[in-house]
Amino acid sequence: MDGVHDLGGLEGFGPVPVEADEPVFHHDWEGRMFATRLLMGFWRKWNIDAGRHSLERLPPADYLSMTYYEKWAASVVALSLAAGLITRDELVAGHPAAGAAKATPPVDADGFLSFLPKGRPSARDVNALPAFAVGDWVRTARHGHSGHTRLPRYLRDCEGEIVLHHGAHVFPDVAVTLTGEAPQHLYAVRFAARDLWGEDAEAGHSVTADLWESYLAPAR
Amino acid sequence: MAHDHDHGDGHPHALLPPEPALRVRAIETLLVEKGLVDPAAIDAVIDTFSNRIGPQNGARVVARAWSDPAYLERLRADATVAIAELGFSGMQGEHMVVVENSEAVHNLVVCTLCSCYPWPVLGVPPVWYKSSEYRARAVRDPRGVLADFGVTLPAETKIRIWDSTAEIRYLVIPRRPAGTDGLSEDELAALVSRDSMIGTGFAISPGGA
Repeated sequence: MDGVHDLGGLEGFGPVPVEADEPVFHHDWEGRMFATRLLMGFWRKWNIDAGRHSLERLPPADYLSMTYYEKWAASVVALSLAAGLITRDELVAGHPAAGAAKATPPVDADGFLSFLPKGRPSARDVNALPAFAVGDWVRTARHGHSGHTRLPRYLRDCEGEIVLHHGAHVFPDVAVTLTGEAPQHLYAVRFAARDLWGEDAEAGHSVTADLWESYLAPAR
Repeated sequence: MAHDHDHGDGHPHALLPPEPALRVRAIETLLVEKGLVDPAAIDAVIDTFSNRIGPQNGARVVARAWSDPAYLERLRADATVAIAELGFSGMQGEHMVVVENSEAVHNLVVCTLCSCYPWPVLGVPPVWYKSSEYRARAVRDPRGVLADFGVTLPAETKIRIWDSTAEIRYLVIPRRPAGTDGLSEDELAALVSRDSMIGTGFAISPGGA
């Protein structure tokens, strides 16, 4: 979707807010929200792509003005409502509805700690052979779509060179719908900064992004 | 998922208290009372990312890469496996790639679309990494961004920006500072700053240059 989350290359935001000796979390509630949203993911009612898409679909003004963990709070509420894990009435009341069933045991500390070093790899074996090889030149798609996608706006309709082939990975544009993984070959594609930004960019600088095969066509 | 907007009533977060600490407490209370979240697991997550997983892990990887050419080769061949040798693996680092700085090339990592960051080696990202300012400008004006960090590169150095658009996570191997020949791996690790592994800083020169 053409949302405000797709920030690459936008101007006018000003200097980067660098903070010396920054704490991991600035407030207790930030750590608690980080943990809460992460743990809610263990119900598998959404995946990482749906989680990202819930952030992308925040109202644009909220997206730009909320702090990071405020966005996580809004996201976990939206995801939990959409998944039916909580109801709107419960959210307003602040407590479970009378007679609401208690969920089966949530992931506990041991469950989290044993999952963490494994994570959830996105690489998949596919039968399809890769369409491109390292050294090939490709052109990215001109158009995106209104769902979740990982082809940034600033890299649309651009030519670049494949510099790495990562194998096949779960395809976010489909995985976000929770209907399947539709894995595709994934490549690191390098773009000359001057091709992206014109003469303002320095010759020799480049931007490399990881792009799925269906975002790409052979260069013209 | 793409079309279930909450039209009419605004976003559901508007139903909650406006003050973030109260809002988060309200959410946590409801989820705990519903049996959806275990409070002890919340504490475990916070403890893990506050005390056990952070840039000190990535610094071990870099110090080993500087010290052991065979390890550097293994990092180049399969960084995920080589990093796991040191005990760092998993969530948000399932697929790792290392990129090496040199006199000619400086690497800089960003996630323009969200906040992708290699958790097992760097922990959770700092505010600036997740900021609109950094995400917007890193791909377009890298020297300007580096200047915000007080970092100046030689005019002839080419900047290679990596936009983390998939589940591949990039770790920068900064240049080893001069005057570190006799140092142990522990001493070297102490020179490896978080920012040097993202590309917004250099490793620290011994003697505090």
